[in-house]
Amino acid sequence: MTADPSRWDLFGSALWPIVHGAIASTIPMAVVSFAIGLLIALALALMRLSRSRFASGTARLYISLVRGTPLLVQLFVIFYGLPSIGIVLQPWPSAVAAFSLNVGGYGAEVIRAAILSVPPGQWEAAYMIGMSHRRTLSRIILPQAARVSVPPLSNTFISLVKDTSLASLILVTELFRQAQKVAAFSQQFMLLYLEAALVYWVVCLVLSTAQGSLENRLDRHVAH
Amino acid sequence: MSPIEASPPGGQALLSVHGLSKTFGANPVLRSIDLTIERGRVLALIGPSGSGKTTLLRCLNGLELADGGTINAPGELPLDFTTPPTRSRLNALRDRSGMVFQHYNLFPHKTVLQNVLEGPVVVQRRPRAEATASALELLARVGLSEKTHAYPFQLSGGQQQRVGIVRALALQPQLLLFDEPTSALDPELVGDVLRLIKELAADGWTMVIATHELEFAREVAHEVAFLDAGTILERGHPSQLLRNPQHERTRQFLHRVLHPF
Ligand SMILES: Nc1ncnc2c1ncn2[C@@H]1O[C@H](COP(=O)(O)OP(=O)(O)OP(=O)(O)O)[C@@H](O)[C@H]1O
Ligand SMILES: [Mg+2]
Repeated sequence: MTADPSRWDLFGSALWPIVHGAIASTIPMAVVSFAIGLLIALALALMRLSRSRFASGTARLYISLVRGTPLLVQLFVIFYGLPSIGIVLQPWPSAVAAFSLNVGGYGAEVIRAAILSVPPGQWEAAYMIGMSHRRTLSRIILPQAARVSVPPLSNTFISLVKDTSLASLILVTELFRQAQKVAAFSQQFMLLYLEAALVYWVVCLVLSTAQGSLENRLDRHVAH
Repeated sequence: MSPIEASPPGGQALLSVHGLSKTFGANPVLRSIDLTIERGRVLALIGPSGSGKTTLLRCLNGLELADGGTINAPGELPLDFTTPPTRSRLNALRDRSGMVFQHYNLFPHKTVLQNVLEGPVVVQRRPRAEATASALELLARVGLSEKTHAYPFQLSGGQQQRVGIVRALALQPQLLLFDEPTSALDPELVGDVLRLIKELAADGWTMVIATHELEFAREVAHEVAFLDAGTILERGHPSQLLRNPQHERTRQFLHRVLHPF
């Protein structure tokens, strides 16, 4: 690529549609999917840790299915497969469904490990002061598990932001699809795909910084 | 901070334990323990490592489920462990006592004051203002007024253990259980904690203390029980049991503790 002014014009005029795709679609899709995914992950982690064989077996099977199949296939099953049994979801809800179910599967193991990393003495002290199991979880165990799971869950979130580009394949007009459209029209594939990459990179940089400050905030009660 | 009911001169049972037993897998850890815990009195549990001191304390507050025997409180139905007791009966047992752990087990994400208030305010639902006032009073008494808003990691081991004691006291239990409260402490910090426990004894708290501090046991306890391989081999007045034990095993144990080299 030479420094052709028309290329810079193209870069400039494509920037807004791409950034708009990020702001209007990629980021909200990632945030919503991640939030729902975390709830699924927490539920699965508690099922895995429960004494009920049925609950832990079900959760184990779910996690194994999610982690053992490609995200793209999960996305296609939901968007192109489900209509054949009468469930028709629009592109955006399909994408959110696939991404949340996926985050649920990956996050479950992270949260389970984080809960197990809290020393048993914490459960015992909570029992001693008369707390119920549920309260112990919410007031004593999960806050401590949260600190441990911030780094791995941040990785999950950053991966998710990048994986949302797959939603372009089910017609969600997110960041990457915007770039594709301009590229198809202008035939400047190299330029526009690099531009899309650059925008993803900036978003992920911002997220990494946010992760760092979240960790610092949660660190206020531990020794350094 | 004396116990809620003024302690009678002793002799009145708070809990009596009969034939309590506990097996881990094929390992019988408690074998038919008989024990009476009298109001206002201090019982010290001594014995070699692995003899079952911790397990006995944990069975006394339901943290561990005994698998045989009974625990009786006067005026209540006996709690029989041959069949697993109901949750509510276990909770009643637990709520009778406060426990101090060897490794403190403070909540690291809560301040000193929050650690202490978690029981009375969150669990027992006592009015916050009143509970806070008495928590601050307790913290002042153990010399931690300056530390109410500190996190556990900012405290020395001795300070953490004093918070652990205050957390148990704040529950206003009838019985205090201590599991080697000083054995995780640096030697120069042991004294403060032992002095505090001695003061609590003088205030009339009923306590069961597992400890390796024989001199402390002699000073503070009304009675010492020697646990060996899950049985109470002998029990008696501290000066009698520690100076003139009846069993060879007790003699060997005391000798080992007093002359480690
Ligand atoms: N949760 C458990 N599962 C299996 N075995 C256990 C468990 N807890 C304790 N034990 C066993 O029970 C026995 C008694 O342990 P306990 O901790 O009650 O002894 P202790 O007298 O407190 O010893 P120490 O002085 O070392 O603290 C030991 O053999 C120990 O290995
Ligand atoms: Mg022990």
